[in-house]
Amino acid sequence: MGSLLSVTDLTVEYPTRFGVFTAIERINLSLEPGEIHGLVGESGAGKSTIGAAIIGLIAAPGYIANGDVKLHGESLRSLSADAYHKLRGAKISMIFQDPQTSLNPLLTIEDQMVETIRQHSDVSYSEARAQALALLEETGIRDAQSRMSEYPHQFSGGMRQRVVIALALCTNPDLIIADEPTTALDVSIQKQILALIRELAQTRKVGFILITHDIGVIAEITDSVTVLRGGKLMETGKTAQVLGTPQHEYTKALMAAVPRLDKRLDRFSNILQDEPDLPTPELLWKVEGASDTFATDWLLRGERQAAHDGPVLSVRDLEVTFNASGTFSWRKSEGFKALKNINLDVMPGQVMGVIGESGSGKSTLAKAIVGLVRPSAGQMQFNGAPLPYGRDRGRNHAARRKIQMVFQDPYSSLNNRRKIEDIIGEPIRFFGLADDRAERRKIVASVLDLVEMPQRAMLKYPHQFSGGQRQRIAVARALVARPEFLICDEPTSALDVSIQAQILNLLKDLQGKFGLSILFISHNLAVVRQMSDQVAVLKNGELVETGAADAFFEAPQHAYSKLLLSETPSLASIAA
Amino acid sequence: MIAFILRRLLQSIFVMLAVSLLAFLLFRYVGDPVAVMVGQETSIEDQERLREQLGLNDPVWTQYTRFLGNLVTGDFGFSYRTRQPIGEMILSRMPATLELGFVSLLISLIVGIPAGIYTALKNDGVIANAILITTLIGVSIPTFVIGIFLIYLFGVQLGWLPTFGRGDTVAIGWWTTNFLTVDGLRALILPALTLGIYQLTLTMRLVRSEMQDVMNTDFIKFAVARGIDYRSVHYRHALRNSMVPVVTIIGLQFGGIIAFSIVTESVFQWPGMGLLFLDSIKFVDIPVMSVYLVIIALIFVVINLIVDILYFVIDPRVRLSPEAG
Repeated sequence: MGSLLSVTDLTVEYPTRFGVFTAIERINLSLEPGEIHGLVGESGAGKSTIGAAIIGLIAAPGYIANGDVKLHGESLRSLSADAYHKLRGAKISMIFQDPQTSLNPLLTIEDQMVETIRQHSDVSYSEARAQALALLEETGIRDAQSRMSEYPHQFSGGMRQRVVIALALCTNPDLIIADEPTTALDVSIQKQILALIRELAQTRKVGFILITHDIGVIAEITDSVTVLRGGKLMETGKTAQVLGTPQHEYTKALMAAVPRLDKRLDRFSNILQDEPDLPTPELLWKVEGASDTFATDWLLRGERQAAHDGPVLSVRDLEVTFNASGTFSWRKSEGFKALKNINLDVMPGQVMGVIGESGSGKSTLAKAIVGLVRPSAGQMQFNGAPLPYGRDRGRNHAARRKIQMVFQDPYSSLNNRRKIEDIIGEPIRFFGLADDRAERRKIVASVLDLVEMPQRAMLKYPHQFSGGQRQRIAVARALVARPEFLICDEPTSALDVSIQAQILNLLKDLQGKFGLSILFISHNLAVVRQMSDQVAVLKNGELVETGAADAFFEAPQHAYSKLLLSETPSLASIAA
Repeated sequence: MIAFILRRLLQSIFVMLAVSLLAFLLFRYVGDPVAVMVGQETSIEDQERLREQLGLNDPVWTQYTRFLGNLVTGDFGFSYRTRQPIGEMILSRMPATLELGFVSLLISLIVGIPAGIYTALKNDGVIANAILITTLIGVSIPTFVIGIFLIYLFGVQLGWLPTFGRGDTVAIGWWTTNFLTVDGLRALILPALTLGIYQLTLTMRLVRSEMQDVMNTDFIKFAVARGIDYRSVHYRHALRNSMVPVVTIIGLQFGGIIAFSIVTESVFQWPGMGLLFLDSIKFVDIPVMSVYLVIIALIFVVINLIVDILYFVIDPRVRLSPEAG
């Protein structure tokens, strides 16, 4: 039993139209003061529900069906709503995922902190202000004296999360529930925030419950960990022990799905599969003659460029400027240079990984290459021929077909009002690859087979699929255009690790089969390591380092690359 | 901020120029002004002389600039119907419309905002649902039906309130007001209610949906998780954030109330600008119609400008963004 918090047999249920849904079932966990306990699992694991249950804010109509939550040995379930609310802030507080949205935009930092402090202790305004100031300094806000009268939007993401932490701390709680506190942040800032949490746990003896999907974060700072899946507890114990020598099959599979930073594997092995596929009518539904071998044949049938010696894509001195000037501006603004002086070559059949933090210009580079953004200077060549900018590249230009893109968010990159058959069929029709409707149908079914989706999926709409399935559909859509060059812009960052592993495996297979050249963009270094032959590092719109992937990950040359690598949380410390 | 306001002012001037051009075209080309002015027995020569006197033979651009110049210097010309200066006619009618619009806006805010908050917070409550259903009926019934119903109930059946006209007014300079006499206030109630009910339901539903959205944001959840008093969470944190879009809509509504009070004014024979506009339509009094058009556009433009400035006051993200400098 933890002396700070103990949760026993906690079960939370949600009544729905189709009966009662059990969000978490018989969860046990305990926490000592100053301990950081990680809750890890994929989406739907019930991590956040546990946090909400502890702080007594389960979203209606959910309720605690069974079990108890004890803080300092006292049961919280028996508290009245008012008494529970008094406890919030005073004893238990919370940190949210996105610092952009977790502060009130219309109140200054001072307003928000002073209000919170005075809510829980009977002190004068000036005293509360002094306390707030001290806390902001403790959480690493420079110039706190002057900055505390500013509004949240005047702080950067990392600074804002520090303010959020200061706000959660300003009432001296004993327990803080941190729900994905670093997921929205860049790795370098993530590192700082995690260090801050670690330090606060030690100096102030605050217990933290850290909810995250990122095993790297768990390995980095937690003392103990609970692995969850589908609302059930899989494994719990000291972090080193659980991650070092996982006992449960699920933990092992989860660990195997995490991309490794230290070495490149050919494929992810031991991937979690959901229930084995039974030969349901769903799976038996076939379009006559459609199969993955047909898809492979069809995709390879397209005219191939006579082997071109040089790079598939070559970018010289590329520059992209966004100007922020409005309609009625007198002074001509300089504009913002999103990309400066980019030189890049992608060789046929190779994967070029592009690494960078948010705002580094990764996505702008992708958009400039596919022709969605107009560069302000520089040249691009595709298979040795010049690649026109933006709209100058007409819809009939060969590169429109040969360069395809897979976007980050599979929820917004598929049109929800169209059937999968039409979504995947569109490029085939558009590029005139097959005019006959029956043939198109056969191709769509075959390509679905190829990306390991049931053929019947073509009759459905995007909302009927999960994120991973949607991303497979997006890959299929890019593939049917018979591209030579594929741009993947953070294709897995919206997905759970096990799904990510599946998609990455799929991309690797397809790349091998069709000899695709890929520009693979990601902020996640480990993912890039698993995918790339070559690597390019972007920082503030400039290319700081390029080179062969293995050499880069073994011995990065540029100081910034070294920093990025060292700040990426890794399992190396535990899973040696 | 000054640059921003200057920019908006410049845009407003363009809008006003466009509207005045429309008004001019209406005045000059819908029917022949001379034919409307003179009787049937006027000779062709006399008509021609009049045309020359009025400058109707000048090039169109000269006429338009003259029209603009007159508008800017406050010379709105004369009404065909009453032969009075239009400026005076409109000015004498304006207080009636503005007071009516102001009171109905006040009703819609005083009732609409609290009702919106209540229905947002007590979602699914019995009273909240009752309010929502009642107001749904309010939106669905056209304004004039509500007006006639109110006249029937309070004027004819109960005999509590006057059903037409402004009642006794007090003149302060050129401004005549209803607010200072009991009779005037009584006369205001029914038309203001009629005009206000539709706005009220809009305000209420807008406040409700904005407030519900804001209640679901992370910063409200965070405030609750910090143990902030629910009253402060609702009013200090949530309400202020929901007001940002509400202010825009309310500003536009006020313009709408003034511009479209025509129906209500006609039902209650309220001697405002709307009634004047209706009369002008009946008698094809085109100069009055075109001036009315310009004035309503001016009211809209001014209200929009005020709303933009209010944005600066309410939202620090607009006030303190680098572009606003």
